Amino acid sequence: MDKEILVDVEHLYRYYGPTCAVQDVSFQLAKGDVLGFLGPNGAGKSSSMQMLTGNLAPTAGKVRVHGIDLLDEPKRAKRELGYLPEQPPLYREHTVDEFLAYCGRLHRVPRNRLHLALDSAKERCGLGAVGKRLIGNLSKGYQQRVGIAQAILHNPAVVVLDEPTVGLDPIQIREIRHLVRELGNDHGIILSTHILPEVQGVCNRVQIINRGRLVFSDSMAGLEQHLHSQHLILRLRAAPPPQTLTELAGIAAVELLDDGRLRLRYEGDNPAAAIAETAVARGWGLEELIPERRTLEQIFVELTMQDPTAQGAEGEAA
Amino acid sequence: MIAHIAARELRALFLSPLAWSVLAVVQFILAYLFLAQIDTYMMFAPQLAGREDAPGVTDVIVAPLFGNAAVILLLVAPLITMRVLSEERRNRTLSLLISAPVSMTEIILGKYLGILGFFFVVLALLAAMALSLSFGTDLDFGKVASGLVGLTLLIGAFSAAGLYMSSLTDQPTIAAVGSFGLLLLLWIINWAGSSGEQVSGLFSYLSLVGHYESLLKGLFNSADVVYYLLFILTFLVLSIQRLDANRLPH
Repeated sequence: MDKEILVDVEHLYRYYGPTCAVQDVSFQLAKGDVLGFLGPNGAGKSSSMQMLTGNLAPTAGKVRVHGIDLLDEPKRAKRELGYLPEQPPLYREHTVDEFLAYCGRLHRVPRNRLHLALDSAKERCGLGAVGKRLIGNLSKGYQQRVGIAQAILHNPAVVVLDEPTVGLDPIQIREIRHLVRELGNDHGIILSTHILPEVQGVCNRVQIINRGRLVFSDSMAGLEQHLHSQHLILRLRAAPPPQTLTELAGIAAVELLDDGRLRLRYEGDNPAAAIAETAVARGWGLEELIPERRTLEQIFVELTMQDPTAQGAEGEAA
Repeated sequence: MIAHIAARELRALFLSPLAWSVLAVVQFILAYLFLAQIDTYMMFAPQLAGREDAPGVTDVIVAPLFGNAAVILLLVAPLITMRVLSEERRNRTLSLLISAPVSMTEIILGKYLGILGFFFVVLALLAAMALSLSFGTDLDFGKVASGLVGLTLLIGAFSAAGLYMSSLTDQPTIAAVGSFGLLLLLWIINWAGSSGEQVSGLFSYLSLVGHYESLLKGLFNSADVVYYLLFILTFLVLSIQRLDANRLPH
């Protein structure tokens, strides 16, 4: 790992009374990473993010931001953090400019740079035209953007966004995703969401949390491998009996699907080329030959639904 | 940093109609009381003129005015302090302050000074009213100053108690009721002290009003000042603790 480590989380635990909301969560975030934090409702996403930003004290564990321990030196560590909670923390009675200037001062942006920081944050979040308007009168989408502007205003090393695209229209969602990707170039970003395409669209790392535990953590490239299952879907006009297919090299099992297609499980290298050649040679009438891909959704569902009691635990530790 | 938080707090107060209406109502009532006191003074002035140790204008007009102002502020202070933390919690805006590189102490002190800023406006208007008498007569400035110091300390105490109550709940009305109850109890606690013999010392010492009355008479006793400062400090520390405790597992 030659990349700069921005966030280092070690064995984080958090109990709410007897309920354990976050259990032994450890991960690292390097510069340039956009980490997607996935999980069903009540899995501990928001609790984890609150602990990362000092809004919640962990029961046990360590959080280091840019090498600074968040619990020992909260003021120094928090300078490197920008946080957008699930509900954007906005003072409705202020105008956008006033509010952002206040946030800048809170984060100790030097007076001579404040104006510049304000302008660039507003421009990046598309807030140029609404600077003089009251936050309370803005639409949900614009309020969300003010929330994001607030989180990136002081140019923090780490930006933590808790469900940033909730309540936005599709165009705004695209803009926010674009913004997140752009921010990912020179910041470390942690993004929580339960919208799966969003993760595939913007993140380069994925973590899935379920019932307080990290159940999956990999880079996007690693995820791609998981997405490739060892299956091929085959449709033939004149299908031979399944045994004939099993005799082909590499095919382990054949399953007849409802719509007349065949699902082949293979071992080792993908035998698609060999199957196509054989099908042509023997006149089976090849119509379809598709490598079956699992979706992120399937992985997500598999990982989070393994235990039927998971349903009962949902919502307890939101 | 504290100044930024205080400035925003004060500005937010004046952006809502609450501060303006409180200011207007308080000023109206104080003005009425002021006029009533002047009226009383005019009635008794001829009789007082002949006496040796007759009370002056300051005793007859300013001291009762300040005394009444304290009661009115007792009623009004919970309305101003109620929303200061509870509303932030309710609207989930507290995380903005907590994620920022500021300590809990800075947050509480900023909020506290913001509230005090509002009450200084009330005090300035009240002082102006009292000082306007000096156009027509001679005031005992020492007594006026002592009364103002007393009122400042009293307001400081009200604000600190109100701030603490506001940190306990996310319902502003509950914070208001709580701080009103606490302040009223501390105001009248010496009533119990006046009838008994043994406990009386403690209860009258605890009372908010006892220390204020001596300052109104122009007696600047450091024990009274220390009482208010300790009172303020206690509630500020409690508020900081309370705010910090929100983050901790329990």
